[in-house]
Amino acid sequence: MIRVIGAALIAVSAAMCASGALAQSPTLAQVKNRGILHCGSGTGLAGFGIPDQQGNWSGMDVDVCRAVASAIFNDPNKVKFIPLSAKDRFTSLQSGEVDLLSRTTTWTISRDTALGLNFAGVNYYDGQGFMVRKKLGVDSVLKLAGASICTQQGTTTELNLADYFRSNKIKYEVVAFASNQETVKAYEAGRCDAFTTDASGLYAERLTLSNPDDHMVLPEIISKEPLGPVVRHGDDVWLDIVKWSLFAMVNAEELGITKANADEMLKSDNPEIKRFVGTEGKFGEPMGLTNDWAYRIVKHVGNYGESFERNVGSGSLLKIARGQNALWSKGGLQYAPPIR
Amino acid sequence: MSTPSADVKPGKASLLYDPTIRGYFYQILLLAVVGFVIWSAASNAIENLRAQKIASGFGFWHNAAGFDVNQKLIPFSASGSTYGQAFWVGLLNTLLVASIGIVLATFLGFFVGVARLSSNWIVSKIAMIYVEVIRNVPLLLQLFFWYNAVLKPLPNPRQSIELPAGFLLNNRGLYVPDPQFGPGGNLIIWALLIGLVATFVFRSWARKQQAATGKQYPIGLVAFGLIIVLPLLVYFATGRPITFVYPELAGFNLRGGIQIFPEFVALLVGLTTYTAGFIAEVVRAGILAVSKGQTEAANALGLRAGPTLKLVVIPQAMRVIIPPLTSNYLNLTKNSSLAVAIGYPDLVQVFTGTVLNQTGQAVEVVAITMAVYLTISLVTSFFMNIYNKRMALVER
Repeated sequence: MIRVIGAALIAVSAAMCASGALAQSPTLAQVKNRGILHCGSGTGLAGFGIPDQQGNWSGMDVDVCRAVASAIFNDPNKVKFIPLSAKDRFTSLQSGEVDLLSRTTTWTISRDTALGLNFAGVNYYDGQGFMVRKKLGVDSVLKLAGASICTQQGTTTELNLADYFRSNKIKYEVVAFASNQETVKAYEAGRCDAFTTDASGLYAERLTLSNPDDHMVLPEIISKEPLGPVVRHGDDVWLDIVKWSLFAMVNAEELGITKANADEMLKSDNPEIKRFVGTEGKFGEPMGLTNDWAYRIVKHVGNYGESFERNVGSGSLLKIARGQNALWSKGGLQYAPPIR
Repeated sequence: MSTPSADVKPGKASLLYDPTIRGYFYQILLLAVVGFVIWSAASNAIENLRAQKIASGFGFWHNAAGFDVNQKLIPFSASGSTYGQAFWVGLLNTLLVASIGIVLATFLGFFVGVARLSSNWIVSKIAMIYVEVIRNVPLLLQLFFWYNAVLKPLPNPRQSIELPAGFLLNNRGLYVPDPQFGPGGNLIIWALLIGLVATFVFRSWARKQQAATGKQYPIGLVAFGLIIVLPLLVYFATGRPITFVYPELAGFNLRGGIQIFPEFVALLVGLTTYTAGFIAEVVRAGILAVSKGQTEAANALGLRAGPTLKLVVIPQAMRVIIPPLTSNYLNLTKNSSLAVAIGYPDLVQVFTGTVLNQTGQAVEVVAITMAVYLTISLVTSFFMNIYNKRMALVER
């Protein structure tokens, strides 16, 4: 009842506040009313979403949230990060506890359809891998017959694991934990021979082990894991906002717009850049945003390449190569539709 | 003021003040309010689910699950098993740990509770420290402690600790030889069952005889003969049909035998010790509630301390003990859902965790889980109430 009344009030107030916008997003109205974006993040994975000692979050997934907050509020810090385990994330999003979920979540058909969710794009192309102790003397997943494998429950990882071992007719024992931290701890304690998650996660978690050099990542990548931000069904404009915030970061890299030169670009004569920074055309208004929304994102968060290098690439401890996450023009998969 | 209501002529005013009618009115009002809250909550949920286009209904029950579970009492595998079967796997794991935990916690709790009242200073102080430590540390932390304490010190499978009778212990758990029943093997089980029933019958007959004539029969000896010796005789008579498959090293893990998982051990130990702390206090309260005169009277009759406790004090204390004991049994069962933290595949982990996540049907899955815990609790209290009635003071 209260939620119905609340939603009605928000809808009414949004309708009154709307100044010539073409469509309204109830979620956007709610976020603006609240003055802060509620972003569902992971419980702490280096490079993707982790708080430092002062409680400042950083990471690839965190940057998506900051981009959305920048587009709405012109302030990347108006985000409240709500840590969610893999097991709780969808329920929290469905129930409206968070406006947006950005935490290494794989885009799959069942999540996109039956779960009542919409994926807003891919901010990291990943694949599932395995980590083992070097002294185990194993150099391939196919040699893990009879092994105990630690994984996080409720993930695509858990399902891929079952598929892969079944199709290769290898026996194994799964030990599933609710949180990533527990999974890693159990692997380190020797409960399992192998630990499996997305390859990026393996590299990040390896750094947290007491002796990273004792462990190795096996060569096989057994699945496609397109990771990206997620929103609820039923608010198309909100989906557009999140989707285009992500696309803005990718487009900015392609156009050569960076955090440092964003202000200069406001004076650019290049029509593509003029449309991007909002000096030509009205591309923000249909989403209920200002026309310089994309400029704001780059100004505060930087472009996709900058975010990548800072969080997981050469500028970080993880040192992950761009690989398939390079721009399409450089042989990778990152491709954003044009702003026009 | 003591005019019987029947004398008052029925009228508007008296109807308004009639306690029976008022009672009905408020009850109907309350029912209507509760009904409205439930109805609006349900319709709100249905509306929201529809608005967000989330699949609903119980059709997911027969869909393929696609994940594996390590500890399972019924066959379950990623190939071909359904979410419905995953539910049963989780439920049986919950019932397994709860039922064993209840038995162990009862024994340990009674032991500690009696020990705390011991006249031996060291024994009573140790019991007191146990109770205070266990009661004041959150169960979740204790589970982490036990899981890490169970796991960390154990060697890996290649360096398994070898225990007598082919048992092996390592950080994957305890490996027990797996008994295989050859032809005639089921006769041994039957012999055991017959032995148990016969013991029970003999015991009640012997008790009646004692009540009637005062003559005592050797119940313990007869029970030993029926439960242990009889199946053993059958075992040798049928040509020793039970063989064991011993666990042995294969690759970097063990193969064969029954594996008792460390998650199970940690959860069982955690639940048992934690609940026993509370049961100990319940037992202490029950014993202290029995008047000291009862003990003195028993002593005056020449009964020693042991029989006094067993025959005089405990039976009277049970009347105080049973209701809170029931609560502790229910708590233990519900607390077993903390298994999720240490990776034991109980109902909450498998069903409310993985199945909910794969299907996204939070409302249905949570409703089923709540119904299950409610059912377990009601059944437990039902049986404990029957027991309570039997133990209750019968006044003549």
